[in-house]
Amino acid sequence: MVATEKRLRDFAHIIRSKNAGPYRLTFDILFRDDASFRAVCESQAVTKDSIARLYGVPIDQVSSLFVVPMGRAIKVTLRRPIGQGDFGDTDIYGCQQHAPLLDLPIPAEEA
Amino acid sequence: MSSITVLTPTGTLGYGFGADALERGMQLRPDVIAVDAGSTDPGPHYLGSGEPLVSRFSMKRELSDLLRVSRKAGIPLVVGSAGGSGCRRHVDWTVEIVREIAREQGLSFKLAWIYADVAPERAKSAVARGDVKDFEADFPLTEEMLDETIALVAQMGHEPIAAALDGGADVVIGGRSCDDSAIAAFPIARGADPGLAMHMGKILECGAFSAEPFGMDVMVGIVHDDYFLLEPGSADRRASVTSVAAHTLYEREDPFLQPGPGHSMDLSQCRFEQVTDRRVKVSGSRFIKTDEYWVKLEGVRLAGYRSISIAGIRCPTMIARIDGILGDVQAEAIRYFASNAFEIGFRVYGRDGVMGKLEPQRTITSHELGLVIDVVAPDQEFAHAVAHHVSGNLLHYHFPGQFNTSGNVAFPYSPSEIDAGPNFRFSAYHLMRLQSPLELFPIHFEDV
Repeated sequence: MVATEKRLRDFAHIIRSKNAGPYRLTFDILFRDDASFRAVCESQAVTKDSIARLYGVPIDQVSSLFVVPMGRAIKVTLRRPIGQGDFGDTDIYGCQQHAPLLDLPIPAEEA
Repeated sequence: MSSITVLTPTGTLGYGFGADALERGMQLRPDVIAVDAGSTDPGPHYLGSGEPLVSRFSMKRELSDLLRVSRKAGIPLVVGSAGGSGCRRHVDWTVEIVREIAREQGLSFKLAWIYADVAPERAKSAVARGDVKDFEADFPLTEEMLDETIALVAQMGHEPIAAALDGGADVVIGGRSCDDSAIAAFPIARGADPGLAMHMGKILECGAFSAEPFGMDVMVGIVHDDYFLLEPGSADRRASVTSVAAHTLYEREDPFLQPGPGHSMDLSQCRFEQVTDRRVKVSGSRFIKTDEYWVKLEGVRLAGYRSISIAGIRCPTMIARIDGILGDVQAEAIRYFASNAFEIGFRVYGRDGVMGKLEPQRTITSHELGLVIDVVAPDQEFAHAVAHHVSGNLLHYHFPGQFNTSGNVAFPYSPSEIDAGPNFRFSAYHLMRLQSPLELFPIHFEDV
């Protein structure tokens, strides 16, 4: 059977971006329950590679990715394309860079 | 050790907190009120300009409440990263407000303040000795960069604040401080486990952002021998395992290992438990003392002066050609002024104004665009001239198939250009090795 494709927003309850210092942009994806957290982890849809593709940056610009069971969280960090407050920076707090993650496709497990 | 209770009134002093929440929080009999007043998060401007992050009204209003309740309870008040950047001007500004409140309320206490500024020569000698390394800036800190740097501070650890408290201070106004350290200083000085105190400080420093619903409000932490408890001041909020664990991740890259001045926090073995509906218990946070003591430097340089112009575009034919038109007017300005001494940028809201290069959606689907013309030049007059030239050319730009020949952009304001003043940029975000945690941070005492 063909599984209907869901998006990250169907699983996570917080998806946010924020500065981690002037040169890093960190994304937190938080889940309300273990099942949603596990489903996204097992789908392997959130990887350094998928994040690099989603944001159109080379993979070496993804500085880290952590899976954090204690917080039911996945945490991804990008190098900021433009340092905070440098000419051309569009988001001083880095708090509006999360939107593409909302619609990241999460393939359903095979039935 | 008996437990030590820390009340943090808000995430950033000057951003407000609830009066009821403060009153309820005080009923938990805190041993100290500790609050953070700044960070690099609002950008390089405040360190560069010396302008405080929040208004004098807000700072005085909130400090008045905190001084009143802390003196009444006979407990110390600690403020970290005073004024926003924690530079000397910000510390002096805050200290002056504290003195004024003391006079007005008839309070007397022992006041301490701690500067965190780093003299350029001190940093240069550290660079020469190899005592400075890059943190995340991706450029080395050089003597030339330090010559350009007009303001430089270092993030103090908990030690200078603890020393001020040990010196009998009732009120401590700290310059730039590592956020968690400012909150953790009192419990550590009174013998709390530094790992638990520092992790509690990390969560408390954002006030009730670790609660549900989150907000700029009162949060209380109680550190015991081998765990700590968190509870929001407001009865309308609760601490949950999710909200507290999530906050451990906030604004940090590595959720498990977090370096700070003279230490590294290992949070990989942390446990979070819901002990009551509104209280969360945290254990397992470990403080690893490092052999060397490194502090983070934050410096800014003056890059020039900014003028901006805000304009709206509604014409579909103009929207369809926006990329080419903006390229043309930029190139024309460079020819007109026969100079490259300025920077011209465009924020195109409705295209990629929010995300810039990170925007995955490349086609414009909006029926209107918001445009910010952004110019930085060596002086204000020049920046204004370039911004005006660019906005004027855009207004009267001719393109084939143009229906509307009377003007391409809608300016919401007259004048259409706004001078935004000096433009500061980070020039240092590096680590510097110290011989002693206290050496950069002189403490001053005064009986108020």
